[in-house]
Amino acid sequence: MTRQNILNTLTEILRNLLFDDSLELTDSTKRADVPDWDSFAYVNFIVAVEMHYNIKFSVAEVESFVTVGEIAARIEELAGL
Amino acid sequence: MSRVLSHRLPAPDDFSSQLASLVAAGDIEVQRRDVRRLAEFELDYTQTIQFHHGLNRLPAAALDDLRPCRVALLSNATVDHLIPALKVAGLRYGLVCEIYLSPYQQYTRELLDDDSALAQFRPEHVLFSLSPREFLTNVSASAAPSENSKLIDEYVSNLGSLWRLAKANFNSTVLQQTFVNVGDTLFGNLDRHNPGAPTHAIRCLNHALVEQSRASDVQILDLDRLVERFGLDYWYDNTRWLQAKIEISPSAAGQYAEQVMRVVAAHLGMSRKCLVLDLDNTLWGGVVGDDGIQNIVLGQGSAEGEAYLQFQAYVKRLKERGIILAVCSKNERKTAESAFLEHPEMVLGLDDISVFVANWQDKATNIAKIAEQLNIGLDSLVIVDDNPAERALIRQSFPVVAVPELPPDPSQYVDCLSNAGYFEAVAITSDDFARSQQYAQNKQRQALEQSSQSIDDYLRSLEMQMTSSQFVDVDLPRIAQLINKTNQFNATTRRKTQEEVRDLASRDGNLTLQVRLSDRFGDNGLVSAVILVPDPNVPGAIEIETWVMSCRVFGRQLEYETLNAMVELLSESQYSTLTGHYIPTSRNALIQNLYENLGFSQLNDSKDLDAGETRWILELEDYSPRATNIETVQPK
Repeated sequence: MTRQNILNTLTEILRNLLFDDSLELTDSTKRADVPDWDSFAYVNFIVAVEMHYNIKFSVAEVESFVTVGEIAARIEELAGL
Repeated sequence: MSRVLSHRLPAPDDFSSQLASLVAAGDIEVQRRDVRRLAEFELDYTQTIQFHHGLNRLPAAALDDLRPCRVALLSNATVDHLIPALKVAGLRYGLVCEIYLSPYQQYTRELLDDDSALAQFRPEHVLFSLSPREFLTNVSASAAPSENSKLIDEYVSNLGSLWRLAKANFNSTVLQQTFVNVGDTLFGNLDRHNPGAPTHAIRCLNHALVEQSRASDVQILDLDRLVERFGLDYWYDNTRWLQAKIEISPSAAGQYAEQVMRVVAAHLGMSRKCLVLDLDNTLWGGVVGDDGIQNIVLGQGSAEGEAYLQFQAYVKRLKERGIILAVCSKNERKTAESAFLEHPEMVLGLDDISVFVANWQDKATNIAKIAEQLNIGLDSLVIVDDNPAERALIRQSFPVVAVPELPPDPSQYVDCLSNAGYFEAVAITSDDFARSQQYAQNKQRQALEQSSQSIDDYLRSLEMQMTSSQFVDVDLPRIAQLINKTNQFNATTRRKTQEEVRDLASRDGNLTLQVRLSDRFGDNGLVSAVILVPDPNVPGAIEIETWVMSCRVFGRQLEYETLNAMVELLSESQYSTLTGHYIPTSRNALIQNLYENLGFSQLNDSKDLDAGETRWILELEDYSPRATNIETVQPK
C-alpha cells in the first residue's frame, strides 16, 4: 500500500510539473515513456520529490535512477516509510 | 519543505484546483482578477511551475492590463529553472515579463554582436546573474596578495565594460547581483586574512563589485545579504550544481525572483510611498481607549513593550528616509492623539504623521480618504494592521493596497516589514529625504489656503520661486523617478529608464527642462520635467514627448510658468512651433484639458489616434508669456 501511495504522490508531482493530468506512473515507468519528461523536467522532479518528502538523494542516485520504481524504493528507505 | 518568503504572503488552499478554475474560467475579467490574486500567495517550487504552465494557457487578453517588461538574464550557470518564479513574481508587481536567457556561457559574445538573439530581444533590464566559479579558478592561496587584488581589479573592470555595452546597446537598466559565496574554507578562521582563500577572495570581489557598480550607475542585487539572511544551504545545493550547473538553488527560486522583480518594479517607479499604521496592538500593546494611556504596553521594562519600541523606531527611520506616515485607527481621535502627546515612551510624535485619521468609520473608507488627502494612488499604500479581519477587508476592498500578513508576535513586526521590500529604492535622491518634511509643509500650506480670501490671494502669499534648466546629470535619478512614478500629471505616460532619459537628453535636436519650485514654507524640490523631441509630423515643430509634474504642486500655476520657460528655451532654437500630445490613461484625466488651457489649438489632421488621444499645436510667435504668481529665478 505504501508503495502505491508513493507512486500516487509521484504521479501527482509530475502531473503538476508537466501540467498533464492524464499521465500515470508505475514502478516500471521510464523517463522516455512520458512525453516532455526531459532532463530539465527530471531535475525539477527530483527537486520537488526531495522537497515533498524532506529527503535528499545522493548525486550518484540522481544519476542512476532508471525507473520510477527505483525512485520510489529509495524514497521508502530515506523517508522511513 | 518550503521556507517562508517574507511573511507577507499567505499560503494558498488547494492551489491546483484554484489554478484549474483560473485557466478554465470563460470570463476575461475573472481571469484578470484571479491571475493577480493567485500571485499574492506564497507558492512553493512546484506550484510556481504549475502557475507558469497555467499562464501560458491563458488568453492574451487575461494579461493585457499588466505592464509588459523584457528582462534578460546573462549567466555562466544554469538559470532556466528561475523563469517560472520570475514570471510569477512579476505578476505581483503588475508586470507581465518576457524573460530571455542568454545561451550558457554566451553572454559576452551576445553583448558584442549587434545581431545576437539578445540584441533582437531588446531587453529593458539586463541582469548579470553570475557564479563566482570562473573567477575562483584563477585565485591561488599561494599567490602574493597583490596578485589577487590584480585579479579582482581585472575581473571587475571587465564586467564594467560589459555593463557599458548593455547600457549602450539597449539603453537598458543593468542589474548586477553580488556573488553567492560558494568558496570552500581553506585555512579556517584565518581565511579572512588571506585574499587567496576562496571565501575571502569572493568577499573582496563583492566589495570591489559594489564600488564599481556605484561608480557605473549599475543597480546591485544584493544576493550576498540574502544568503546571510536565509542561509547558504537554502541558496546553494552542491548536488544541483553537479547535476545541472544550477547555482541558485531551486528552493530559493521564489525568494530570488521576488528580489529581482522588486528592483525591476522599483526602476519602473512602482515602489510604495506611504505607510498607514493602525494603533492598538500595532504601535503599542493593548487598547488605549479601554486600558488608558498609562496601561498600554510600550517601552523599556517589558520585552513586549520593547518590541513595540523597536517597531516605532523602525517606522521612524522609514519616515526619515522619505516614506510618508499616516495613521488609520478605530479610536476616538482625542484619545488616540493623547497617546502620542502624553505617553513618555512614544518614539513617534504627531508631527511624524502626515495624515492622522482616528474615528469609527470602516477602514476602507478611511484609507481611500488618506490616499486622496495625500494625493497619491492607493497602489502607493502599505497598511500595517494587527487585525486579520481588517486586513482581509482591506485586501478585498482594494486589491492594489499592500497589506502584509503581520505575524501575531510584535517582536516579528520589524522583520516582516523590512523583508517585505515595499519601499525598494533605486536611487537615493535628496528629494527622498526631504519628502516627509514637504508633506508636513503642505499642512501649513493648507492652513494658509483656508485662511486666504481667494485662490489668487493664497498663491500670491505663498511667495513661490521657480528655477529651471535643461537636465543636469546629478538630477537624472530624480527625473527618472518622476517620469516613472507620476500617473496624474503625465501627458503621455511614457516610462523610461534613467539610461533612456540620459540618451534622449543628449540627442541633437532634443531639448529638456527640469523645474524646481520653492515657496515660503520650504523647497518642493525637483517637481517637473519635460522632454522635447523634433515632431516628425509637423515641419519646424518640436513635440512635448514627455511632461510630468509632481502631484505635490498641483494647482499652483506651475504648468503655466513651465510653459513660459519652455517657450523661452525654444526662443533660442531653430523651432518655431511647439506640439503636445495627450494620451489618456486610467489615472491622468486631471490634465485632459491641459493643452487647451495653455492656449494650444487642437490638431485634427492626425489619423492614428486612439480614443481620447489628442494632439495640440502652439505657434511660438503667437505666444505671450502668461502672468503667474511664480517668480522665475536663475538656478544657483
